Amino acid sequence: MDYLLTDEQKMVQELARKIAEEKIRPVAAKYDQSGEFPWEIMQILAQSDLFAIFVPQEYGGMGLGVLNLCIATEELSAACGGIAVCYAASALGTFPIILFGNEQQKKKYLPDLASGKRIAAFALTEPEAGSDASAIKTTAKKEGNYYILNGTKHFITNGGEAATYTVIAVTDKTKGARGASAFIVEKGTPGFTFGKKEEKMGIRASVTRELIFTDCKIPQENLLSKEGMGFIVTMKTFDMSRPGVAAQALGIAQGALDVAVKYAKERQQFGKSISSFQGIQWMLADMATEIEAGRALVYSCAREIDAGSKDVGKDSAMAKMFASDMAMKVTTDAVQILGGYGYMKDYSAEKYMRDAKITQIYEGTNQIQRNIIALQLIKEMAK
Amino acid sequence: MNIIICIKQVPETTEVKINPETNTLIREGVKSMINPFDMYAIEEAVRLKEKFAGKTTVITMGPPQAEAALREAMAMGIDEGILISDRAFAGSDTWATSYTLSSVIKKIGAFDLILCGKQASDGDTAQVGPGISAHLDIPQVTYVKKIEEINPALSTMESGNTERKGGVKDKFMRVERMTEEGYEIIETPLPALFTVVKEINEPRLPSLRGMLRAKQARIIVWAQKELQLDSQKIGLSGSPTQVIKIFTPPPRPGGQIFKGETPEIVNKLVELLKNEVH
Repeated sequence: MDYLLTDEQKMVQELARKIAEEKIRPVAAKYDQSGEFPWEIMQILAQSDLFAIFVPQEYGGMGLGVLNLCIATEELSAACGGIAVCYAASALGTFPIILFGNEQQKKKYLPDLASGKRIAAFALTEPEAGSDASAIKTTAKKEGNYYILNGTKHFITNGGEAATYTVIAVTDKTKGARGASAFIVEKGTPGFTFGKKEEKMGIRASVTRELIFTDCKIPQENLLSKEGMGFIVTMKTFDMSRPGVAAQALGIAQGALDVAVKYAKERQQFGKSISSFQGIQWMLADMATEIEAGRALVYSCAREIDAGSKDVGKDSAMAKMFASDMAMKVTTDAVQILGGYGYMKDYSAEKYMRDAKITQIYEGTNQIQRNIIALQLIKEMAK
Repeated sequence: MNIIICIKQVPETTEVKINPETNTLIREGVKSMINPFDMYAIEEAVRLKEKFAGKTTVITMGPPQAEAALREAMAMGIDEGILISDRAFAGSDTWATSYTLSSVIKKIGAFDLILCGKQASDGDTAQVGPGISAHLDIPQVTYVKKIEEINPALSTMESGNTERKGGVKDKFMRVERMTEEGYEIIETPLPALFTVVKEINEPRLPSLRGMLRAKQARIIVWAQKELQLDSQKIGLSGSPTQVIKIFTPPPRPGGQIFKGETPEIVNKLVELLKNEVH
């Protein structure tokens, strides 16, 4: 389908596709197996200016917006969902600074994040606080010109590899959800260490670690926005980043469909190509149609954000939920079409299926996305 | 340090089509790319520029669509692109091509180095690079696999003074030239022309900024009108090499596959080898 992309967007697509095909696809299985962080690919993305896409021009970026970020993420994900999320998670860690950073913070952190010299991460989740983000226990206590951080974040994408972290911590226990604040924490700050690296089902090329804060002293200039804004920062960041997760799901689904179509054409059974069987044809047709529907939703939502629309929570939740549920279904069907081969690690179908699953879970489970959509619907009805 | 890179746009497929009347390559309507060996020349030029500053200029002779190849080189970091395009140049052999390119290089003026790929993937002659150096009467080193040393006179500090005459003696480069058995170390004064092999580097991917800049860049187009070249030395009529006939060699006959039990088919194979192979 023609999405009437601008020349610039087509350029982003072309470049990201080239990187995906030439540089990522050949090493995807290797990183999936080793679980090592793909620094060599991050360097290529940096040299190619892909980290500059989502950073405004004034701060060393190219200011190309969310749709371009989605296009790049989609293309990279079609080759490897794990490597792509290392990139997308840096965008997630950067958005709070773009959205809520003051001039000084933006000048200090954004140029290195735009050039890819440093990558970023976002830290909200804790062992006891997943969907219920208000249950976070990490504290930030003001002492003179400093905040003292204590607590543990876990399941942090890019944890240990990123240089710049946006961390949500409680500054005032008595205020509940309004008592959380967002901080920029740099790797290497005394009292900031990393815990175990998780062994994951999919997106294994990305690194997921615990962040441990033990009397970690950070200057008060590192507070983003004001005290108590932690959850607003989080929600607004997620509104911007969810289309990116959706784009990741979209790319994974497209990658799986491409594998399935190729296999269906080549595989001979009962004396002919299995692509000549209606049962396979209908599966492929459904997969392709659902991907296209997902793409239409993701691109529309990204365009809405780029156009400056303020109230995108519901739409970005819809895009994330639909695209990731779609990706799970499409990748499962791709494995089915490849049959026994689909289940084997020598063929990439099973990897797409493993990589797809996380997109239904992170940056808000799809159940939480449904809550967001429903609450907004009810709110609109009450107007 | 000013570098000129000569590149060629070639068909993307290996199925090259030939015009039966002129016996030259049909370029129109075929998906094109930069000759893969030229990518190493482009990369090396960008690396030298990053190290020693100066200006890089990419030139190509070809139909109007060859502009895309220039923009691609510029997306990788080359400063300027010049397209030499005119019906009058069509059908040039390697002699006429190297005459034309060398004339353009004279027109461009000051340069320290010319880089070419070792050969083009369509014609495979490897003659144009050396031809250019002969027309310009400058040293050439073919199959360069590494630039070992560059005279410090060419460092960033002094790159502004690319004095062409007189200073040649103290400007040199030491390079490794690949041979079948190993490599030779060759020292050459500058300006010189190198053709490079794939061992020299790994070409980078373009950057987004580079692509945007290349898209907006103005490509200089020179035709015979601007160049005023000797009409006896250009195009098909100016080419001393005239291709009489081009043909596709007959396809190799397919192999033979024996089916059956192993001992039986091994015997068959042995019999066949005895009788057929001498």
